Amino acid sequence: MALFDDVRNIIVEQLHVPPEKVMMEAKFIEDLGADSLDTVELIMAFEEKFDLQISEEEAQKLDTVGKAVSYLEGKVTT
Amino acid sequence: MLLNGNVALVTGGASGIGEGIAHRLIKEGAKVEIGDVDEKTGEVTARTLGENARFVKLDISAEDQVNDIVAQIFNEHARIDILINNAGITNDKLLLRMAKEDWQRVIDINLTGTFLVTRAVMKHMIKQRYGRIINIASVVGLIGNPGQTNYSASKAGIIGFTKACAKELAGRNITVNAIAPGFIETRMTDNLTDEVKEQYKQAIPVKRFGTVDDVAALTVFLSSADASYITGQVICVDGGMVM
Repeated sequence: MALFDDVRNIIVEQLHVPPEKVMMEAKFIEDLGADSLDTVELIMAFEEKFDLQISEEEAQKLDTVGKAVSYLEGKVTT
Repeated sequence: MLLNGNVALVTGGASGIGEGIAHRLIKEGAKVEIGDVDEKTGEVTARTLGENARFVKLDISAEDQVNDIVAQIFNEHARIDILINNAGITNDKLLLRMAKEDWQRVIDINLTGTFLVTRAVMKHMIKQRYGRIINIASVVGLIGNPGQTNYSASKAGIIGFTKACAKELAGRNITVNAIAPGFIETRMTDNLTDEVKEQYKQAIPVKRFGTVDDVAALTVFLSSADASYITGQVICVDGGMVM
C-alpha cells in the first residue's frame, strides 16, 4: 500500500531504524527509539509529504505507526 | 578563521553590541545577515562590513515577518548555523510610574521576539543537526536594576528560556547559551550622566566599562564548533561586577 510505504520511508529516514522494525503496532518512542524532537520532526515530515496541517492535539495521539497510518489515510483520501 | 562558511543571523545587528558581534563573526569567516528595524543604520553597517554582510529589515516582535525573513535567509544560504538574539530595547521607569504598555513593549520585543526568532530558526538547525544559539541577556537579568523592572524581567526571562531551549535541543548538536553583558559602552548606555557612570565604575573590579568587542569575542567562541560541550550557560561579560 503506497501510503504505508511513504510513511515507513519517512520513519526509517528520521529514526534510523531498519524497515522491518516499522510495524503497525510499533510505538515511536518505546519501540523505535524516538526522542521528543524526533516525534515533532516526524509530524513535520508527514505534514510536508502529504501537504496537510496536523494540530498539536491530533499529533499527541499519533504514538504508534498504526495510528499515524490510519490518521493519514483518513486525511489523504477525503 | 573559526567560522568559515557559517551563516549567521544577528538580530539588532545594525548598531551597538549587535554590530560589534556581526563585525567579529565576519572577521572569522561567517556570512552574516543583519536583522534590524533601523533600516538606515543597518544598510550603512552592512555596506561597511563588506560583501559577507547583508541587511534585512526585521521587527522581531512581528510573528509573520520573523517567519518570512527566516525562510528567506534559509532559501538564500541553504543553512543557518548561528543565531544571535541580540535585539532589545529599554524603557526605563520606576515601577509605580510604569504603564502596562511600557512594560508590555519591552517584554514583546526582548523576550517574545527572542522566542519567535528562535522558534523559526531552530527548525532548520534541527534538520541540519547543528546550531549555535546565543542570547544576549544582561547582568540586570541576574541582579535587577531600579528603573528597569521591565528590562530586568525580559532579560531574566531570556535566561530561563536559554536553559529550557538548551535542554530541548542538546540531542541535535545545537547549543544554546546566554551572555550577560555588564556595562558596555554603546548608544544604550551613552545617555547616562557622568556621575552615574563613575558610580558604576566603582562597582566594577576591573575599573573600566566594557566594549562591544569584549562581548563579541565570547560570542565568536560560543558560535564555534569548539564550544560544542558548552550549553545552557549564562556567562557574564562585566569586568567582574557580578560574581
